[in-house]
Amino acid sequence: MLTLDQVYWKTPDGEEIVKGVSLEIAPGRLTVVTGPNGGGKTSIAKLVAGLASPTGGRILLDGEEITGLDITERAKRGIAYAFQQPVRFKGVTVRDLLEIAAGDALSEEDMCSVLGKVGLCARDYVDRPVDASLSGGESKRIEIATVLARRDARFLVFDEPEAGIDLWSFSNLIDVFRSLKEERRRALFVISHQERILEIADEIVVIADGQVRLSGSREEILPQLLTGEKQGLCPIHQGM
Amino acid sequence: MNITTEQLLKAVADYQGKFQGAYNIRENGECAARQSTPHIHIESKQDKPGLDIHIDADAQQETVYIPACVTHGNVDDLVYNDFYVAAGADVTIIAGCGVHTDGEGEARHNGIHRFFLDKGARVLYKEKHVGTGKGIGLKRIDPVTEITLGEGASLEMETIQLGGVDTTDRRTEATLGPRARLTIHESLMTDGVETAQTDFVVSMDGEDSAVDLISRSVAKGESRQEYRSRIKGNCRCTGHSECDAILVDRGTVNAAPELYAGDIDAELIHEAAIGKIAGEQIVKLRTLGLTEEQAEEKIIEGFLRGK
Repeated sequence: MLTLDQVYWKTPDGEEIVKGVSLEIAPGRLTVVTGPNGGGKTSIAKLVAGLASPTGGRILLDGEEITGLDITERAKRGIAYAFQQPVRFKGVTVRDLLEIAAGDALSEEDMCSVLGKVGLCARDYVDRPVDASLSGGESKRIEIATVLARRDARFLVFDEPEAGIDLWSFSNLIDVFRSLKEERRRALFVISHQERILEIADEIVVIADGQVRLSGSREEILPQLLTGEKQGLCPIHQGM
Repeated sequence: MNITTEQLLKAVADYQGKFQGAYNIRENGECAARQSTPHIHIESKQDKPGLDIHIDADAQQETVYIPACVTHGNVDDLVYNDFYVAAGADVTIIAGCGVHTDGEGEARHNGIHRFFLDKGARVLYKEKHVGTGKGIGLKRIDPVTEITLGEGASLEMETIQLGGVDTTDRRTEATLGPRARLTIHESLMTDGVETAQTDFVVSMDGEDSAVDLISRSVAKGESRQEYRSRIKGNCRCTGHSECDAILVDRGTVNAAPELYAGDIDAELIHEAAIGKIAGEQIVKLRTLGLTEEQAEEKIIEGFLRGK
């Protein structure tokens, strides 16, 4: 169980972005965080993964306070984070990243399994550098694969995983989220505006202006969101 | 062959207790072992230290090893090795160099390698350099490579300085005939107060010749690097050079790439980037469980290995 208890975060120049957010995310559940752009969703994801430090409140993982732990320590405790904007390297290959993520050497079969989940053929990609020679969609899929390769991960954060990927890969991704849910041992925390992702959520949290505006089960929240869209709460995308 | 030589050979020439095929092992300025094959003949020069290596046209997918090691101080090893590669031959040449000193005396190797490739010959040339030992004597490697490519010949050069070399002055000159292809990948690592100077001059004199020169370097500690390249397109040709460097600590890199187009159909491109490791790269690897130091190491490893 990951718990955010009255978490606040200000930028270095004092702008308050996250304003007293409290959440509980249980294993085996898919929680989708949605809401208008600039509302604080990515900031919350970064606070969870340790990329930013709260200016107030506490973050707990299975009862252990992890608020003061750095990125590496949180990763070692099983928090995995897929960036919204994939990072590019020079010379570091897809194989390097996946093996770092897995914590060990991966067989060709393992590579195929992980990359296949994001619609990529291992044979074509493992030795490619993760650099500008990859398209935006390819980079994004490899970014997602680095999280799927994490054997020790029990809390998976995906920041707008649908951004930049094609329809076929998006459908694959929905299947991956479904199967991860069925494993019932990992918690999924997905920032998304996509209706198809919202439709498989167990819980939906709407963040706006740095605060939780709506929170509850999919059945409870999704109908409200469709109404809320008119109020500017959630720009749901139905394109995929 | 002493044990230090064996250790250096493992580092620079993939030595696993023996070499297959043709080889000459140079140890402290002397020949420690040699073997020719039916298609690759290795002979000592008569007028100066070094070798003449003649590679026949029948040499296909063969490998020749010409490593050199200096295993103690007060050795200044100068060697001239000439490679004559016949038309149509296709070989790999591995010519690593290791210098080691545990004392106060300087250990230096200065290898002057000349390559003459006839029409359509193909060579993959690999050289790795390393310095080892705890002595205060300078560990120095000053390689000179001169390449002459005949019509349609191609040479791919992988030159890697693994580390531990206090000072190096690396010079490479090449002349390309018609449709000749030259590819160079340089990887250079310096640390502490080491210095490295690297200098490439490539003249494309034959129509439709091409060069691709990629240099990747990392300057750590207070080390200093100087990079110079000059690509001369004297006819219809294509040239590309890329010089990327990562700075760590207080390392410095001075890069001065130069392009000369002496013909309206010469197409020359240069790319360069020098800077520290991007913070987001370290953050990404930390989210995968690495410490900051481990992340930096992986990024540098990939950067130097990358093509």
